[in-house]
Amino acid sequence: MSIDLKTIKHISKLSRISVDDQKAEKLAVDLNSIFKFIEKLNELNTDKVKPLTSVAETTLKLRSDEVKSKDIRNEIIKNSPQDNEDYFVVPKVIE
Amino acid sequence: MMSDITKQSLSELVKNIKEKKLSSKEITKAFIDRSQKSKELNVYISEDYSSALEKAKKFDEKPNLDLKLPGIPIAVKDLFCTKNVRTTAGSKILNNFVPTYESTVTQNIWNEGAILLGKLNCDEFAMGSSNETSFFGNVQNPIDKNLVPGGSSGGSASAVAGQLTPITIGTDTGGSIRQPASFTGIVGLKPTYGSCSRYGIVAFASSLDQAGPMAQNVKDCALLQEIISTYDSKDSTSIDFKRNEYSKELTKNIKGKKIGIPKEYRVDGMPKEIEELWQKGIQYAKDCGAEIIDITLPHTSYALPTYYIVAPAEASSNLARYDGVKYGFRAKGENLIDMYEKTRSEGFGAEVQRRIMIGTYVLSSGYYDAYYLKAQRVRKLIKNDFDEVFKKVDAILTPSTPSSAFKIGEKKDDPVSMYLNDIFTVPVNLAGLPGISIPAGHDLKGYPLGLQIIGKAFDEQNILNIAYAMEEKIGFKNKINDWWIK
Repeated sequence: MSIDLKTIKHISKLSRISVDDQKAEKLAVDLNSIFKFIEKLNELNTDKVKPLTSVAETTLKLRSDEVKSKDIRNEIIKNSPQDNEDYFVVPKVIE
Repeated sequence: MMSDITKQSLSELVKNIKEKKLSSKEITKAFIDRSQKSKELNVYISEDYSSALEKAKKFDEKPNLDLKLPGIPIAVKDLFCTKNVRTTAGSKILNNFVPTYESTVTQNIWNEGAILLGKLNCDEFAMGSSNETSFFGNVQNPIDKNLVPGGSSGGSASAVAGQLTPITIGTDTGGSIRQPASFTGIVGLKPTYGSCSRYGIVAFASSLDQAGPMAQNVKDCALLQEIISTYDSKDSTSIDFKRNEYSKELTKNIKGKKIGIPKEYRVDGMPKEIEELWQKGIQYAKDCGAEIIDITLPHTSYALPTYYIVAPAEASSNLARYDGVKYGFRAKGENLIDMYEKTRSEGFGAEVQRRIMIGTYVLSSGYYDAYYLKAQRVRKLIKNDFDEVFKKVDAILTPSTPSSAFKIGEKKDDPVSMYLNDIFTVPVNLAGLPGISIPAGHDLKGYPLGLQIIGKAFDEQNILNIAYAMEEKIGFKNKINDWWIK
Protein backbone atom coordinates (compact mmCIF):
# COMPACT_ATOMS: atom_id res chain seq x y z
CA MET A 1 0.00 0.00 0.00
CA SER A 2 1.20 3.49 -0.64
CA ILE A 3 -0.09 6.84 0.46
CA ASP A 4 -0.49 9.26 -2.44
CA LEU A 5 -0.69 13.04 -2.47
CA LYS A 6 -4.46 12.98 -2.61
CA THR A 7 -4.55 10.96 0.61
CA ILE A 8 -2.05 13.31 2.26
CA LYS A 9 -4.29 16.27 1.38
CA HIS A 10 -7.29 14.40 2.78
CA ILE A 11 -5.53 13.59 6.08
CA SER A 12 -4.30 17.16 6.36
CA LYS A 13 -7.92 18.36 6.08
CA LEU A 14 -9.00 15.92 8.78
CA SER A 15 -6.05 17.01 10.94
CA ARG A 16 -6.78 20.71 10.38
CA ILE A 17 -3.18 21.29 9.34
CA SER A 18 -2.64 23.25 6.13
CA VAL A 19 -0.19 21.53 3.82
CA ASP A 20 1.21 22.99 0.59
CA ASP A 21 2.38 20.81 -2.31
CA GLN A 22 6.02 20.79 -1.30
CA LYS A 23 5.20 19.77 2.27
CA ALA A 24 2.75 17.16 1.02
CA GLU A 25 5.45 15.49 -1.06
CA LYS A 26 7.85 15.33 1.87
CA LEU A 27 5.06 13.96 4.10
CA ALA A 28 4.20 11.30 1.53
CA VAL A 29 7.80 10.03 1.56
CA ASP A 30 7.97 9.99 5.37
CA LEU A 31 4.56 8.42 5.90
CA ASN A 32 5.20 5.73 3.32
CA SER A 33 8.43 4.71 5.02
CA ILE A 34 6.70 4.70 8.42
CA PHE A 35 3.75 2.66 7.15
CA LYS A 36 6.07 0.19 5.47
CA PHE A 37 7.57 -0.34 8.90
CA ILE A 38 4.13 -0.59 10.54
CA GLU A 39 2.85 -3.19 8.04
CA LYS A 40 4.97 -5.76 9.86
CA LEU A 41 1.94 -6.28 12.11
CA ASN A 42 0.17 -8.04 9.24
CA GLU A 43 2.46 -11.03 9.78
CA LEU A 44 0.42 -11.83 12.88
CA ASN A 45 -2.99 -13.45 12.96
CA THR A 46 -4.86 -11.65 15.72
CA ASP A 47 -8.44 -12.73 14.93
CA LYS A 48 -8.91 -14.29 18.34
CA VAL A 49 -7.08 -11.66 20.38
CA LYS A 50 -9.02 -9.12 22.40
CA PRO A 51 -7.79 -5.55 21.88
CA LEU A 52 -6.00 -3.97 24.85
CA THR A 53 -7.23 -0.43 25.42
CA SER A 54 -5.70 0.23 28.82
CA VAL A 55 -3.15 -1.53 30.99
CA ALA A 56 -4.63 0.03 34.11
CA GLU A 57 -6.95 -2.67 35.39
CA THR A 58 -9.21 -0.31 37.21
CA THR A 59 -12.80 0.77 36.96
CA LEU A 60 -13.58 4.43 36.73
CA LYS A 61 -14.53 5.92 40.08
CA LEU A 62 -17.52 8.16 40.52
CA ARG A 63 -17.32 11.43 42.41
CA SER A 64 -19.79 14.12 43.28
CA ASP A 65 -20.06 16.91 40.76
CA GLU A 66 -18.77 19.88 42.73
CA VAL A 67 -17.26 23.14 41.60
CA LYS A 68 -13.72 23.26 42.97
CA SER A 69 -12.16 26.18 41.12
CA LYS A 70 -14.10 29.41 41.44
CA ASP A 71 -13.62 32.87 39.97
CA ILE A 72 -10.86 31.90 37.61
CA ARG A 73 -12.39 33.42 34.47
CA ASN A 74 -9.93 36.27 34.26
CA GLU A 75 -6.94 33.99 34.72
CA ILE A 76 -8.21 31.67 32.01
CA ILE A 77 -9.09 34.47 29.58
CA LYS A 78 -5.62 35.96 30.07
CA ASN A 79 -4.12 33.03 28.13
CA SER A 80 -6.27 33.53 25.04
CA PRO A 81 -4.73 35.02 21.89
CA GLN A 82 -7.75 37.27 21.39
CA ASP A 83 -10.55 38.19 23.75
CA ASN A 84 -12.82 41.04 24.76
CA GLU A 85 -12.35 40.47 28.51
CA ASP A 86 -15.46 38.31 28.81
CA TYR A 87 -15.26 36.02 25.79
CA PHE A 88 -12.81 34.26 23.52
CA VAL A 89 -12.88 35.93 20.13
CA VAL A 90 -12.67 33.98 16.86
CA PRO A 91 -12.95 35.01 13.19
CA LYS A 92 -16.52 35.70 12.11
CA VAL A 93 -18.47 32.46 11.65
CA ILE A 94 -21.95 33.69 10.68
CA GLU A 95 -22.34 35.99 7.69
CA MET B 1 33.43 25.77 47.96
CA MET B 2 30.49 26.76 45.78
CA SER B 3 31.57 24.51 42.90
CA ASP B 4 31.52 21.48 45.18
CA ILE B 5 27.87 21.98 46.11
CA THR B 6 26.59 21.09 42.65
CA LYS B 7 28.67 17.90 42.62
CA GLN B 8 26.81 16.56 45.64
CA SER B 9 24.11 13.97 45.31
CA LEU B 10 20.60 14.74 46.56
CA SER B 11 21.16 12.64 49.69
CA GLU B 12 24.32 14.59 50.53
CA LEU B 13 22.58 17.93 50.00
CA VAL B 14 19.65 16.92 52.20
CA LYS B 15 22.04 15.73 54.91
CA ASN B 16 24.00 18.99 54.76
CA ILE B 17 20.81 21.04 55.05
CA LYS B 18 19.55 18.96 57.95
CA GLU B 19 22.89 19.30 59.75
CA LYS B 20 22.83 23.04 58.99
CA LYS B 21 26.15 22.84 57.14
CA LEU B 22 24.53 24.41 54.08
CA SER B 23 21.57 26.73 53.68
CA SER B 24 18.94 26.45 51.00
CA LYS B 25 20.11 29.80 49.67
CA GLU B 26 23.73 28.62 49.31
CA ILE B 27 22.62 25.52 47.45
CA THR B 28 20.14 27.36 45.25
CA LYS B 29 22.70 30.03 44.42
CA ALA B 30 25.32 27.39 43.53
CA PHE B 31 22.99 25.68 41.05
CA ILE B 32 21.92 29.02 39.56
CA ASP B 33 25.56 30.15 39.16
CA ARG B 34 26.48 26.94 37.40
CA SER B 35 23.35 27.08 35.24
CA GLN B 36 24.23 30.61 34.16
CA LYS B 37 27.66 29.41 33.03
CA SER B 38 26.04 26.54 31.16
CA LYS B 39 23.89 28.35 28.60
CA GLU B 40 25.59 26.45 25.79
CA LEU B 41 23.89 23.23 26.94
CA ASN B 42 20.53 24.95 26.27
CA VAL B 43 18.77 22.91 28.95
CA TYR B 44 16.46 25.65 30.18
CA ILE B 45 13.38 26.88 28.35
CA SER B 46 12.32 29.11 31.24
CA GLU B 47 14.44 30.16 34.20
CA ASP B 48 12.83 31.04 37.50
CA TYR B 49 15.98 32.04 39.39
CA SER B 50 14.93 35.18 41.26
CA SER B 51 11.80 33.53 42.53
CA ALA B 52 13.88 30.47 43.52
CA LEU B 53 16.28 32.61 45.56
CA GLU B 54 13.34 34.33 47.20
CA LYS B 55 11.84 30.95 48.19
CA ALA B 56 15.23 29.69 49.43
CA LYS B 57 15.59 32.76 51.64
CA LYS B 58 12.12 32.18 53.03
CA PHE B 59 12.91 28.53 53.68
CA ASP B 60 16.08 29.43 55.59
CA GLU B 61 14.22 31.87 57.80
CA LYS B 62 11.93 29.11 59.03
CA PRO B 63 13.39 25.78 57.89
CA ASN B 64 11.20 22.71 58.17
CA LEU B 65 13.80 19.97 58.35
CA ASP B 66 11.26 17.17 58.59
CA LEU B 67 10.56 17.46 54.89
CA LYS B 68 12.13 15.05 52.40
CA LEU B 69 13.41 17.77 50.04
CA PRO B 70 14.10 20.61 52.51
CA GLY B 71 14.90 23.74 50.49
CA ILE B 72 16.31 21.70 47.60
CA PRO B 73 16.23 23.53 44.23
CA ILE B 74 14.93 21.42 41.36
CA ALA B 75 14.35 22.11 37.66
CA VAL B 76 11.65 20.04 35.92
CA LYS B 77 10.78 19.05 32.37
CA ASP B 78 8.68 21.70 30.63
CA LEU B 79 5.87 19.23 30.14
CA PHE B 80 4.63 19.67 33.72
CA CYS B 81 2.18 22.50 34.22
CA THR B 82 3.49 24.87 36.86
CA LYS B 83 1.09 27.46 38.22
CA ASN B 84 1.94 30.98 37.02
CA VAL B 85 5.15 29.76 35.36
CA ARG B 86 5.16 29.46 31.56
CA THR B 87 4.80 25.87 30.32
CA THR B 88 5.58 25.24 26.65
CA ALA B 89 6.00 21.47 26.09
CA GLY B 90 8.85 22.55 23.79
CA SER B 91 6.33 23.90 21.28
CA LYS B 92 5.72 27.21 19.55
CA ILE B 93 2.00 26.60 19.93
CA LEU B 94 2.32 26.87 23.75
CA ASN B 95 5.06 29.51 23.62
CA ASN B 96 3.09 31.96 25.77
CA PHE B 97 0.98 29.57 27.86
CA VAL B 98 0.89 30.24 31.60
CA PRO B 99 -0.99 27.50 33.51
CA THR B 100 -3.50 28.44 36.16
CA TYR B 101 -2.92 25.15 37.97
CA GLU B 102 -0.11 22.87 39.10
CA SER B 103 0.55 19.28 38.05
CA THR B 104 0.13 16.74 40.86
CA VAL B 105 3.68 15.37 40.64
CA THR B 106 5.28 18.81 40.82
CA GLN B 107 2.92 19.79 43.66
CA ASN B 108 4.14 16.66 45.49
CA ILE B 109 7.76 17.80 45.32
CA TRP B 110 6.96 21.38 46.42
CA ASN B 111 4.99 19.91 49.34
CA GLU B 112 8.22 18.22 50.46
CA GLY B 113 10.09 21.53 50.46
CA ALA B 114 11.62 21.60 46.97
CA ILE B 115 12.05 24.89 45.10
CA LEU B 116 11.49 25.37 41.34
CA LEU B 117 14.65 26.47 39.48
CA GLY B 118 13.12 26.49 36.03
CA LYS B 119 11.62 24.48 33.20
CA LEU B 120 13.76 22.13 31.16
CA ASN B 121 13.97 21.67 27.42
CA CYS B 122 12.39 18.62 25.78
CA ASP B 123 11.30 17.36 22.39
CA GLU B 124 8.13 19.08 21.20
CA PHE B 125 5.19 17.47 23.04
CA ALA B 126 7.71 14.78 24.12
CA MET B 127 7.82 13.44 20.56
CA GLY B 128 11.43 12.63 19.81
CA SER B 129 14.47 10.67 20.91
CA SER B 130 17.17 13.31 20.58
CA ASN B 131 15.71 16.61 21.83
CA GLU B 132 16.06 17.94 18.28
CA THR B 133 12.34 18.55 17.73
CA SER B 134 12.11 21.27 20.41
CA PHE B 135 11.01 24.71 19.21
CA PHE B 136 13.64 26.05 21.63
CA GLY B 137 16.55 24.32 19.93
CA ASN B 138 18.88 21.37 20.49
CA VAL B 139 20.14 20.40 23.89
CA GLN B 140 23.84 19.56 24.21
CA ASN B 141 24.95 16.44 26.05
CA PRO B 142 27.43 17.27 28.86
CA ILE B 143 29.36 14.14 27.84
CA ASP B 144 30.62 15.67 24.57
CA LYS B 145 30.03 18.62 22.26
CA ASN B 146 27.44 18.19 19.49
CA LEU B 147 26.19 14.94 20.99
CA VAL B 148 22.44 14.53 21.52
CA PRO B 149 21.33 13.95 25.12
CA GLY B 150 18.56 11.65 23.94
CA GLY B 151 14.90 12.48 24.29
CA SER B 152 12.36 13.44 24.90
CA SER B 153 13.53 14.33 28.45
CA GLY B 154 16.86 15.55 26.99
CA GLY B 155 17.04 18.82 28.93
CA SER B 156 16.27 16.93 32.13
CA ALA B 157 18.99 14.34 31.51
CA SER B 158 21.60 16.96 30.57
CA ALA B 159 20.67 19.08 33.59
CA VAL B 160 21.25 16.18 36.00
CA ALA B 161 24.41 14.90 34.28
CA GLY B 162 25.75 18.46 33.96
CA GLN B 163 25.00 19.15 37.66
CA LEU B 164 22.55 21.97 37.00
CA THR B 165 19.89 20.36 39.18
CA PRO B 166 20.44 17.65 41.81
CA ILE B 167 17.52 15.55 40.54
CA THR B 168 14.63 16.05 38.17
CA ILE B 169 11.41 14.58 36.90
CA GLY B 170 10.82 13.61 33.30
CA THR B 171 8.08 11.79 31.43
CA ASP B 172 8.32 8.52 29.52
CA THR B 173 5.88 7.45 26.80
CA GLY B 174 8.18 5.10 24.85
CA GLY B 175 11.56 5.56 26.53
CA SER B 176 11.78 9.31 27.12
CA ILE B 177 13.27 8.92 30.62
CA ARG B 178 15.36 5.77 30.19
CA GLN B 179 16.96 6.50 26.81
CA PRO B 180 18.27 10.00 27.74
CA ALA B 181 19.33 8.66 31.16
CA SER B 182 21.37 6.03 29.31
CA PHE B 183 22.85 8.60 26.89
CA THR B 184 24.02 10.90 29.70
CA GLY B 185 25.17 8.38 32.31
CA ILE B 186 22.44 8.88 34.90
CA VAL B 187 19.63 6.83 36.50
CA GLY B 188 16.05 7.10 35.21
CA LEU B 189 12.92 5.26 36.28
CA LYS B 190 9.71 4.81 34.28
CA PRO B 191 7.15 3.78 36.91
CA THR B 192 4.22 1.41 36.47
CA TYR B 193 1.36 2.98 34.51
CA GLY B 194 -0.97 4.49 37.11
CA SER B 195 1.75 5.00 39.73
CA CYS B 196 2.29 8.73 39.17
CA SER B 197 -0.60 11.04 38.42
CA ARG B 198 -0.87 12.40 34.88
CA TYR B 199 -2.88 15.42 36.10
CA GLY B 200 -1.35 18.62 34.77
CA ILE B 201 1.13 16.93 32.44
CA VAL B 202 0.79 18.04 28.83
CA ALA B 203 -0.69 14.90 27.25
CA PHE B 204 1.04 12.97 24.46
CA ALA B 205 -0.32 9.39 24.46
CA SER B 206 -2.53 8.96 27.48
CA SER B 207 -2.42 5.15 27.73
CA LEU B 208 1.40 5.22 27.79
CA ASP B 209 2.50 8.48 29.47
CA GLN B 210 4.12 8.25 32.90
CA ALA B 211 6.16 10.74 34.93
CA GLY B 212 9.26 9.46 36.67
CA PRO B 213 12.43 10.41 38.52
CA MET B 214 15.91 11.04 37.05
CA ALA B 215 18.92 11.20 39.37
CA GLN B 216 22.65 10.69 39.74
CA ASN B 217 22.20 7.46 41.66
CA VAL B 218 19.62 4.80 42.54
CA LYS B 219 19.06 5.97 46.12
CA ASP B 220 18.13 9.51 45.04
CA CYS B 221 15.92 8.03 42.36
CA ALA B 222 14.11 5.88 44.96
CA LEU B 223 13.54 8.88 47.21
CA LEU B 224 12.08 10.96 44.41
CA GLN B 225 9.83 8.11 43.27
CA GLU B 226 8.51 7.79 46.82
CA ILE B 227 7.56 11.48 46.73
CA ILE B 228 5.97 11.74 43.29
CA SER B 229 4.02 8.47 43.34
CA THR B 230 0.64 9.15 44.97
CA TYR B 231 -2.93 8.16 44.26
CA ASP B 232 -4.77 11.08 42.67
CA SER B 233 -8.49 11.30 42.05
CA LYS B 234 -7.82 13.96 39.40
CA ASP B 235 -6.35 11.29 37.09
CA SER B 236 -8.94 8.63 36.21
CA THR B 237 -6.19 6.06 35.54
CA SER B 238 -4.29 6.72 38.77
CA ILE B 239 -4.18 3.45 40.67
CA ASP B 240 -4.83 3.15 44.40
CA PHE B 241 -2.26 0.61 45.60
CA LYS B 242 -0.01 0.41 48.63
CA ARG B 243 3.09 2.39 47.79
CA ASN B 244 6.39 1.57 49.46
CA GLU B 245 8.74 4.02 51.09
CA TYR B 246 11.14 3.12 48.32
CA SER B 247 14.24 4.84 49.71
CA LYS B 248 13.78 3.45 53.24
CA GLU B 249 13.12 -0.08 52.06
CA LEU B 250 15.99 -0.04 49.59
CA THR B 251 18.31 -3.04 50.00
CA LYS B 252 21.28 -4.47 48.16
CA ASN B 253 20.30 -7.97 49.15
CA ILE B 254 18.93 -9.50 45.96
CA LYS B 255 20.14 -13.02 46.65
CA GLY B 256 18.05 -15.65 44.91
CA LYS B 257 16.17 -13.13 42.73
CA LYS B 258 15.40 -14.63 39.35
CA ILE B 259 16.43 -12.37 36.48
CA GLY B 260 15.33 -13.15 32.93
CA ILE B 261 17.42 -12.54 29.81
CA PRO B 262 15.17 -12.23 26.72
CA LYS B 263 16.80 -13.61 23.61
CA GLU B 264 14.73 -11.37 21.31
CA TYR B 265 16.59 -8.31 22.59
CA ARG B 266 19.69 -9.49 20.75
CA VAL B 267 18.79 -7.50 17.63
CA ASP B 268 20.47 -7.47 14.22
CA GLY B 269 23.19 -4.90 13.84
CA MET B 270 23.51 -4.26 17.56
CA PRO B 271 27.07 -3.02 18.25
CA LYS B 272 29.42 -5.50 19.90
CA GLU B 273 29.93 -3.17 22.85
CA ILE B 274 26.23 -3.34 23.73
CA GLU B 275 26.33 -7.13 23.72
CA GLU B 276 29.46 -7.03 25.89
CA LEU B 277 27.82 -4.59 28.28
CA TRP B 278 24.83 -6.88 28.58
CA GLN B 279 27.09 -9.88 29.33
CA LYS B 280 28.89 -7.84 31.97
CA GLY B 281 25.54 -6.89 33.45
CA ILE B 282 24.56 -10.55 33.64
CA GLN B 283 27.81 -11.27 35.48
CA TYR B 284 27.22 -8.39 37.92
CA ALA B 285 23.74 -9.71 38.64
CA LYS B 286 25.18 -13.16 39.30
CA ASP B 287 27.84 -11.65 41.56
CA CYS B 288 25.01 -10.09 43.56
CA GLY B 289 23.53 -13.53 44.08
CA ALA B 290 20.80 -13.38 41.45
CA GLU B 291 19.84 -16.40 39.40
CA ILE B 292 19.93 -15.89 35.61
CA ILE B 293 17.22 -17.50 33.49
CA ASP B 294 16.92 -17.44 29.69
CA ILE B 295 13.47 -16.28 28.65
CA THR B 296 11.56 -15.50 25.49
CA LEU B 297 9.36 -12.51 24.67
CA PRO B 298 8.29 -13.65 21.19
CA HIS B 299 6.43 -10.50 20.10
CA THR B 300 9.25 -8.05 20.86
CA SER B 301 9.84 -7.11 17.21
CA TYR B 302 6.20 -6.05 16.88
CA ALA B 303 6.42 -3.53 19.73
CA LEU B 304 7.73 -0.56 17.74
CA PRO B 305 5.22 -0.88 14.88
CA THR B 306 2.45 -1.20 17.49
CA TYR B 307 3.72 1.85 19.32
CA TYR B 308 3.83 3.90 16.11
CA ILE B 309 0.11 3.31 15.67
CA VAL B 310 -1.10 3.59 19.26
CA ALA B 311 0.97 6.63 20.29
CA PRO B 312 0.23 8.82 17.22
CA ALA B 313 -3.46 7.84 17.37
CA GLU B 314 -3.75 9.02 20.95
CA ALA B 315 -1.59 12.07 20.19
CA SER B 316 -3.74 13.15 17.25
CA SER B 317 -6.74 13.19 19.50
CA ASN B 318 -4.98 14.80 22.50
CA LEU B 319 -3.50 17.53 20.31
CA ALA B 320 -6.84 18.42 18.73
CA ARG B 321 -7.25 20.93 21.57
CA TYR B 322 -4.57 23.23 20.10
CA ASP B 323 -6.78 25.35 17.88
CA GLY B 324 -5.57 28.86 18.63
CA VAL B 325 -8.77 29.85 20.42
CA LYS B 326 -8.46 29.57 24.19
CA TYR B 327 -4.69 29.68 24.69
CA GLY B 328 -1.41 29.47 22.84
CA PHE B 329 -0.30 30.67 19.44
CA ARG B 330 -2.82 31.81 16.81
CA ALA B 331 -2.11 32.47 13.14
CA LYS B 332 -4.22 34.88 11.09
CA GLY B 333 -6.79 33.23 8.86
CA GLU B 334 -9.44 34.29 6.38
CA ASN B 335 -12.10 32.41 8.32
CA LEU B 336 -12.36 30.08 11.29
CA ILE B 337 -11.24 26.89 9.49
CA ASP B 338 -8.41 28.72 7.75
CA MET B 339 -7.32 30.10 11.14
CA TYR B 340 -7.30 26.56 12.65
CA GLU B 341 -5.32 25.10 9.76
CA LYS B 342 -2.72 27.87 9.66
CA THR B 343 -2.38 27.94 13.46
CA ARG B 344 -1.63 24.22 13.56
CA SER B 345 0.60 24.33 10.49
CA GLU B 346 2.71 27.20 11.86
CA GLY B 347 2.43 26.26 15.53
CA PHE B 348 3.48 22.60 15.39
CA GLY B 349 6.89 21.41 14.24
CA ALA B 350 7.48 18.80 11.53
CA GLU B 351 7.66 15.70 13.77
CA VAL B 352 4.48 16.62 15.65
CA GLN B 353 2.64 17.23 12.38
CA ARG B 354 3.88 13.89 11.06
CA ARG B 355 2.55 12.06 14.11
CA ILE B 356 -0.79 13.87 14.08
CA MET B 357 -1.16 12.87 10.42
CA ILE B 358 -0.26 9.21 11.13
CA GLY B 359 -2.68 9.16 14.05
CA THR B 360 -5.48 10.80 12.09
CA TYR B 361 -4.97 8.32 9.26
CA VAL B 362 -5.00 5.17 11.42
CA LEU B 363 -8.15 6.38 13.17
CA SER B 364 -9.93 7.45 9.99
CA SER B 365 -12.89 5.69 8.48
CA GLY B 366 -11.89 2.54 6.63
CA TYR B 367 -8.50 2.22 8.34
CA TYR B 368 -9.45 2.02 12.02
CA ASP B 369 -9.79 -1.77 12.07
CA ALA B 370 -6.76 -2.46 9.89
CA TYR B 371 -4.41 -0.28 11.91
CA TYR B 372 -5.65 0.93 15.27
CA LEU B 373 -7.62 -2.13 16.33
CA LYS B 374 -4.90 -4.38 14.95
CA ALA B 375 -2.28 -2.56 17.03
CA GLN B 376 -4.40 -2.87 20.17
CA ARG B 377 -4.63 -6.62 19.59
CA VAL B 378 -0.87 -6.93 19.13
CA ARG B 379 -0.43 -4.82 22.25
CA LYS B 380 -2.35 -7.50 24.10
CA LEU B 381 0.04 -10.18 22.77
CA ILE B 382 3.03 -8.12 23.92
CA LYS B 383 1.53 -7.78 27.39
CA ASN B 384 0.76 -11.53 27.47
CA ASP B 385 4.45 -12.25 26.75
CA PHE B 386 5.45 -10.33 29.86
CA ASP B 387 2.66 -11.85 31.99
CA GLU B 388 3.86 -15.31 31.01
CA VAL B 389 7.53 -14.56 31.73
CA PHE B 390 6.79 -12.97 35.10
CA LYS B 391 5.39 -16.29 36.31
CA LYS B 392 8.99 -17.52 36.20
CA VAL B 393 11.20 -14.49 36.92
CA ASP B 394 11.24 -11.48 39.26
CA ALA B 395 12.79 -9.05 36.77
CA ILE B 396 14.23 -8.79 33.26
CA LEU B 397 17.66 -7.41 32.34
CA THR B 398 18.28 -5.80 28.92
CA PRO B 399 20.39 -3.03 27.42
CA SER B 400 18.59 0.34 27.65
CA THR B 401 19.35 1.38 24.08
CA PRO B 402 20.77 -0.27 20.95
CA SER B 403 23.63 2.29 20.77
CA SER B 404 25.32 5.09 22.71
CA ALA B 405 24.45 8.76 22.09
CA PHE B 406 24.75 9.90 18.48
CA LYS B 407 25.72 13.23 16.95
CA ILE B 408 23.28 16.09 16.56
CA GLY B 409 21.76 15.91 13.07
CA GLU B 410 22.82 12.32 12.45
CA LYS B 411 19.33 10.79 12.42
CA LYS B 412 17.19 13.87 12.07
CA ASP B 413 16.01 13.25 8.51
CA ASP B 414 15.21 9.58 8.87
CA PRO B 415 12.23 9.11 11.19
CA VAL B 416 12.32 5.30 11.16
CA SER B 417 16.01 5.12 12.15
CA MET B 418 15.24 7.61 14.94
CA TYR B 419 12.31 5.47 16.13
CA LEU B 420 14.58 2.39 16.38
CA ASN B 421 16.29 4.03 19.35
CA ASP B 422 13.39 3.03 21.54
CA ILE B 423 13.37 -0.64 20.57
CA PHE B 424 14.19 -1.86 24.12
CA THR B 425 12.12 0.67 26.01
CA VAL B 426 8.84 0.78 24.08
CA PRO B 427 7.60 -2.74 25.02
CA VAL B 428 7.69 -1.71 28.70
CA ASN B 429 5.30 1.21 28.08
CA LEU B 430 2.97 -0.92 25.98
CA ALA B 431 2.71 -3.42 28.86
CA GLY B 432 2.47 -0.66 31.51
CA LEU B 433 5.42 -2.02 33.49
CA PRO B 434 8.13 -0.26 35.52
CA GLY B 435 11.61 -0.05 34.01
CA ILE B 436 14.80 1.57 35.25
CA SER B 437 17.93 2.49 33.31
CA ILE B 438 21.23 2.55 35.20
CA PRO B 439 24.61 3.61 33.81
CA ALA B 440 26.73 0.49 33.40
CA GLY B 441 29.79 1.29 31.30
CA HIS B 442 31.29 3.24 28.43
CA ASP B 443 31.75 2.50 24.75
CA LEU B 444 35.06 2.94 22.91
CA LYS B 445 34.36 6.65 22.44
CA GLY B 446 33.92 7.03 26.19
CA TYR B 447 30.16 7.60 25.93
CA PRO B 448 27.95 6.10 28.64
CA LEU B 449 25.84 2.98 28.12
CA GLY B 450 22.88 1.90 30.22
CA LEU B 451 21.26 -1.33 31.34
CA GLN B 452 17.53 -1.61 31.83
CA ILE B 453 15.81 -3.62 34.54
CA ILE B 454 12.13 -4.31 33.92
CA GLY B 455 9.79 -5.35 36.75
CA LYS B 456 6.29 -6.62 37.36
CA ALA B 457 3.57 -4.00 37.61
CA PHE B 458 3.77 -2.14 40.97
CA ASP B 459 7.10 -3.84 41.78
CA GLU B 460 9.24 -0.68 41.66
CA GLN B 461 10.87 -1.66 44.96
CA ASN B 462 12.25 -4.85 43.48
CA ILE B 463 13.83 -3.24 40.41
CA LEU B 464 15.19 -0.39 42.53
CA ASN B 465 16.80 -2.99 44.81
CA ILE B 466 18.37 -4.84 41.88
CA ALA B 467 19.58 -1.54 40.43
CA TYR B 468 20.98 -0.55 43.84
CA ALA B 469 22.88 -3.81 44.22
CA MET B 470 24.21 -3.73 40.65
CA GLU B 471 25.17 -0.05 40.88
CA GLU B 472 27.64 -0.90 43.64
CA LYS B 473 29.21 -3.74 41.63
CA ILE B 474 29.39 -1.63 38.46
CA GLY B 475 31.04 1.35 40.17
CA PHE B 476 30.22 3.67 37.23
CA LYS B 477 31.87 7.10 37.13
CA ASN B 478 30.42 9.65 34.73
CA LYS B 479 33.06 11.46 32.67
CA ILE B 480 32.05 15.11 32.83
CA ASN B 481 34.85 17.54 31.98
CA ASP B 482 32.77 20.75 31.90
CA TRP B 483 33.69 21.32 28.23
CA TRP B 484 30.93 23.89 27.85
CA ILE B 485 32.13 26.13 30.69
CA LYS B 486 34.58 28.73 29.45
